[in-house]
Order: sequence, then C-alpha cells, then structure tokens
Amino acid sequence: MISLTIDGKEVQVPKGTMLLEACRIAGADIPTLCYDPDLKLAGSCRMCVVEAKGRRNLLATCVTPAENGMEIHTESSDVIEARKIILELLLSRHKLECHTCESDGDCKLQDYCYRYGVADSRFDGEGPHFTKPDPNPFIMRDYDKCIMCTRCVRACDEITGALAINIKDRGHHAKISTAFDGNLADSTCVFCGQCIMVCPVGALTSKVSAGKGKPYQTEKVVTTCTYCGTGCTLALNVKGDKVVGVTSVRDIEKSPVNNGALCVKGRFGWDFINSDERLTTPLIRENGELRQASWDEALDYTASRLKGIKEKHGADSIAMFTSARVTNEENYLAQKFTRAVLGTNNVDHCARL
Amino acid sequence: MAQEYRVLLEYADKIDPANAADYIKVGGYKGLEKARGMEPKALIEEVKKSGLRGRGGAGFNAGMKWSFVPQDAPVKYVVCNLDEGEPGTYKDRIICQKNAQALLEGMAICGAAIGSNQGYIYCRGEYPFVVDLLKRAVESAKAEGVLGDFDIEARMGAGAYVCGEETALIESIEGHRGEPRFKPPFPGVEGLWGVPTVVNNVETFACLPYILTRGAEWFAGIGAPKYPGTKIVTLTGDVVNSTWFEVPTDMTLREVIFELGGGVKNGKKFKAVQVGGTSGAFIPEANLDCPIDFDSMGNMGAALGSGAVLVLDETRDIVDVVTRISKFFEHESCGKCNPCREGTFRCREIMEKINNGNGSEKDIDNLQLLSKVMQKAALCGLGQAAPIPIDSTIKHFKHEYSRKLVVTSGKGGH
Repeated sequence: MISLTIDGKEVQVPKGTMLLEACRIAGADIPTLCYDPDLKLAGSCRMCVVEAKGRRNLLATCVTPAENGMEIHTESSDVIEARKIILELLLSRHKLECHTCESDGDCKLQDYCYRYGVADSRFDGEGPHFTKPDPNPFIMRDYDKCIMCTRCVRACDEITGALAINIKDRGHHAKISTAFDGNLADSTCVFCGQCIMVCPVGALTSKVSAGKGKPYQTEKVVTTCTYCGTGCTLALNVKGDKVVGVTSVRDIEKSPVNNGALCVKGRFGWDFINSDERLTTPLIRENGELRQASWDEALDYTASRLKGIKEKHGADSIAMFTSARVTNEENYLAQKFTRAVLGTNNVDHCARL
Repeated sequence: MAQEYRVLLEYADKIDPANAADYIKVGGYKGLEKARGMEPKALIEEVKKSGLRGRGGAGFNAGMKWSFVPQDAPVKYVVCNLDEGEPGTYKDRIICQKNAQALLEGMAICGAAIGSNQGYIYCRGEYPFVVDLLKRAVESAKAEGVLGDFDIEARMGAGAYVCGEETALIESIEGHRGEPRFKPPFPGVEGLWGVPTVVNNVETFACLPYILTRGAEWFAGIGAPKYPGTKIVTLTGDVVNSTWFEVPTDMTLREVIFELGGGVKNGKKFKAVQVGGTSGAFIPEANLDCPIDFDSMGNMGAALGSGAVLVLDETRDIVDVVTRISKFFEHESCGKCNPCREGTFRCREIMEKINNGNGSEKDIDNLQLLSKVMQKAALCGLGQAAPIPIDSTIKHFKHEYSRKLVVTSGKGGH
C-alpha cells in the first residue's frame, strides 16, 4: 500500500492505483471526458488534471499512477483555470444548441460548464465546421458537437471490433471519420451503436429516438432484449406509455451478459412496439385472405390441422422450427412438444443457421 | 576569441561517412570493442560518470535513462531519433553526413549496455538521402564485421514534427498514427512493440565512442560541468556565417553569434535570437552572455533544445515571425489532447488578429492565459512548448505587440 494526501485527506491505496481512483476514494469529484472504465486509457482530454506539490505541470489523473507521499490538490486555482480554459476551447468548436440537443441533460460538457460557470468561450474565432451528413437510418453523427475524446473510436475497436471509425487529419482539423471519410453504411460499421453508448456529449445520438424525448423525460425500464437468446440487458426509455428508445445499462452487475453492449436490433429495432402494422391478434388464412381470429380459435385450428397431417402423412411429415427470439424455456417446451406430442425428431432452430 | 572544439566532427570531410574502414583508420569502433569487454552495469556507470545528457532537447542523463531498462527482459531495442523536425536544426544530418559510423558505433555501445541486438534509426521524411547514406554505412560496418550481432535498420518518417517526440516516434515505427503516448510507462520499460526501448538522439549516440575511448573524466571535463561535452549548433537567419559549429557547452550565446557566427548580416543591429528551434524562447540582447548549456538556458526561461540558433536583425517584425511560428504549430499539432489541438489553433487565430492590426490588450491577456494552460496541461512536449515563443516575446518585446494593437486607451495604436 502507498499513502498520499489528496485535498488534505490522507488515503492509502494499493501500488499501481491511478490517481483518478485515489482521488475518488478521497471523495474528490474529478471531471473526465475521455476516460471510460471499459476502454483503454487515452489521457487526452486533460479535464482530470490536478496539481501535485513539487511538479511543474499538472497531472492527468486517469493515466498517472499514485505515488507514495504525493500531495494532491484537485481544485486549486491553477487546476480550475486549466479546466475552464479547456472547456472554453471545446465550446469554441461546439455547436451550442442544447435546447434541441438529444443529449440535453445527459451531457458531460454541459455538466462541467455548469459546474465551472463557463457560459461562453473567450475564443470567438472560427466556430465548428466538422459535420457532414451521413444518410443512415440509425446513427446521427453531428461532429459539430464532437469533443474528440475518441471514446467512440475505442469502443468500435475494443468492444465491437468493427474498426469502422478512426481519426482523420491532424490538429484542430482532426475529426472522427470512416475510411476515406465515407458514409457509415459503406464502412465496416455494424450499427451496434456502442459509439452512442460511450459518447459523453450529443455528437452521436440515435436517429430512431430523435425528437421523441430528452434523457430526463424518459423512465428507464431495465429488461432483457427479446431479439435473441443471448439475453442482453437493456433499458427501454419510456415516455408516457410509449417506448421511445433503448439505452445501455452500463453496470456489469445489472447487465452481466453484455455489460451495456448491444447489437443493431436491440438498440434500434424497438419501433415495432408501437407500430400500426403490428399484429395484435392471430390471423387465419381463408380462401387466400387473412382474417382475425381469437387465440382459442387459432389454437384449436392449429391442433386439428397438425392432427390431420399426422394421421394422413405420418409424424415425420411435420417439423418444428423455433426462433431465437423466444426464451430457452420456450424453445425447450417446443422441442418437447414436438417429440412427445407430435412424435417426431424433426426439430431445428434459427440460431443454428 | 572563442573557438570550435571538434570531437564528433573532427574528421568531417576527411573520411567517407559511409565507409567503416575509413572510420576504423581514425580510431573508430575501438569504443565498441572496449564496451563489449565491460560488464553492462560498469558500462552504464561509465556513461553516467561522463555526465552525457540528451542532445535532443530534454537533456536527460543518458546513462540514467539506460539504467531504467530491466536487464532481464528477453527483447529490447535501441532507437535513434533522427527526426530532427525543429526548423533551423540540421545538426543530426551533419553528423550523419560527416561521421555516420560514430552514430552506428554509439548505438551498438548502447546495445551492449542494455542487452539489445536490434537498433532502429527513425529518420525524418525530408532526408531520404540520409537514409540511403545510413543504409550504405550499415552495410559497410557489417562487411567489416564490427557490429557483431547488433543489427541496425533505418526507418523513414512521413514529415510529422510530433514524431520527434519519442513515444510518437515509436508509434510511427509501429506503423500507427504519429501520436504521443502518456508517460509512464516510459519507453525504457514499455517502448517499441511494448518492450524496453532506449530512445536517444543522434548526437547523444555519436558522443559515446569518444567517451569510451577517451574516458568519462575527459568528457566530463569539457564545457559546462552539469551539461558537459560539445554541442553542435546550427546558425540560421540574419547571421554572417550561417553554418554549423561544434562548440564546448560553456560557450556563451554572444560568442556563438558574434565570434563564430561573425555577427549580424549586412551591418545591421541584433534584435533577438531564438535558440533550440521553433519551440524555443526568443532571447533579447541583454541575455546573450548566458552559456548555451541546458541548465543556463533553462534558468532564463529558454531551452538549448536541438541547438538551432536563429538570429533576427533589427528590421525583423517579431509579431509577424511569431505569427508564422503559431501557424507552424497549428499545422503540426497531432490533435490528440485538447489544450494543444484547440490551443495551437486559437493561438494562431489571435496572433493573426494582432498581426493584422485588429488585436487588443484583451487578446494579449487571452494569449497569456492560454499559453499558461497549454504549458501546464498539454499531453506532450509539443503542446507544452508551442506557446513559448509567444510567451517569451510578449515578455521581452511587448512594445512590438503594443504597436500593432487597436487604440483603446490612448497607448499604442497604428
């Protein structure tokens, strides 16, 4: 264990602990933009800098190991000044439209500007000029709000492995880009939306949820994705009695299967819930036309047809094909029913394809 | 009268730099032979004792740097920084073109000290002819059998200034985007391809053969005691002799410029000198009696850096010069960290505003504040040093700025 002082409070941490963790143990609230506990460290936003006695430069706590005897000040005047200037530098390249932003209320830039009283930027030269339209149905890319934390790049690489995006150009002109700055649809992007999950601002948002409710207007109902048997945890964003979006549950305790990561279906494929085209009753085809039926009628009809086919053509003329969209238990029952009741081993499943 | 002291460049133009046999005739590869007969620890001690400090810009004790490399690591690398990106600096090119074999020998000595048999030379993209020369030099050394099992490969950069920063250089050799890594871990522990790596400058390596053959005490006795040895300086700008010189490190700036350099060109008066390259401070006449060694320069807020000496005569417009410099840094910032990516861009904007006659006192205040934050909070040396030319000229040449400001309080104006 090593011992250090943080804002006058002595703390002991195991060797190798980063200062960020040590500061949090000491109760100091360190602002971070590029830091993400599930991603490789970048150390690039410099918001987490603190002052260490005897050091000329400020230290970025996310990438600096705590050392024995360090004396850290997390909110000294130099630290606050640096954070304010960094925020002003980011604001000067940021499209300030919080009132219509999908991330209003769930934005780290907004939170930190509020915390440090940064209303405007003294750097009043050229404004943001980074956005170009990307006509895909899922991910809104508005790089005029990007703060270049590169969390999206790292998530795309480290969580999904798609490597669809990286940094293009240098200096102030650096931006997040697909290969040759093309559209996501023409890249290796699989539209999982992990980039949206990790984006701390409103640069990456869901087009499917756009305009349907701000983060603080929706209730987050934690549930299991119904698309396949993997059983990913997700949060339905519910406004009134309607689902208006899906967000990740980034807590390994609550989301043990996927730790927040989702696929395109889970994250964006929820709009069927309130779709006008959604089937609400069973349908029976008669004379080439579908008509509505009750569950009792539909089940009786199915049972009698199965029975008729089995009697006429034998049990092996029937096969059961089940779906990954139902649970393991339901799939188990389906094969049990097929073998024990219908009397055939013709069982298969879409996840085997 | 101040005089050159040639060690690394003693045989400049007298031997073929690519030819190992030529170099051996003037005593070459004796240092490596001696180094290989020593225990690695004793060898590192000898280099420490010589007081040799990095000639690339950071001035870190070379032997100390080597001692951080874990001896038991199975694979280690020796990397030579020949990125030499500071405008006005060309001393590493001169060393290669005059005495390339000393560099190779120095790298092999480092290899013997840390237990590495692979060296890489990272050469700036603007020097393809130097890469050719080095490849021939390595072939020649191999043919003479002097390098033993130590192999050296020359790699070429693509013209990014930031790749002179050792971790960005490593990223570039690995084939990645040239961006600095955060430190720690330092390259000595986790460097090229994740293994312990020593990165030293060309000049640092090239000193080693002479330290080994002539002894650590001899080297420690040259020049300034805390930054001993010779330093190759390159004079550019409004100076009569715009060329290179090898000088002891206790020579003063005035001696370098007015004695070796022959003073200011065309009979004009001296205005300022920028030492160490584009990221260096501008020094006024009053500070010229300062020795060029690392610490003396540091004490007055300047940096010896790469040894570039850019002289400006009385007619030069400091604000215009610094505006151009700020443009350079805007272009060369890699864009990784916020203070540098956005800071260099805003510095250039504000400098242009002032230079165009549209600035105010408030702009100067903003520049100084931005400069302070960049120096304290940027990720690597580029962002930390980029505002120094601005800072130092506001300090020493404030009147030149004031002259260009929009009149707001009866002072200045144009």
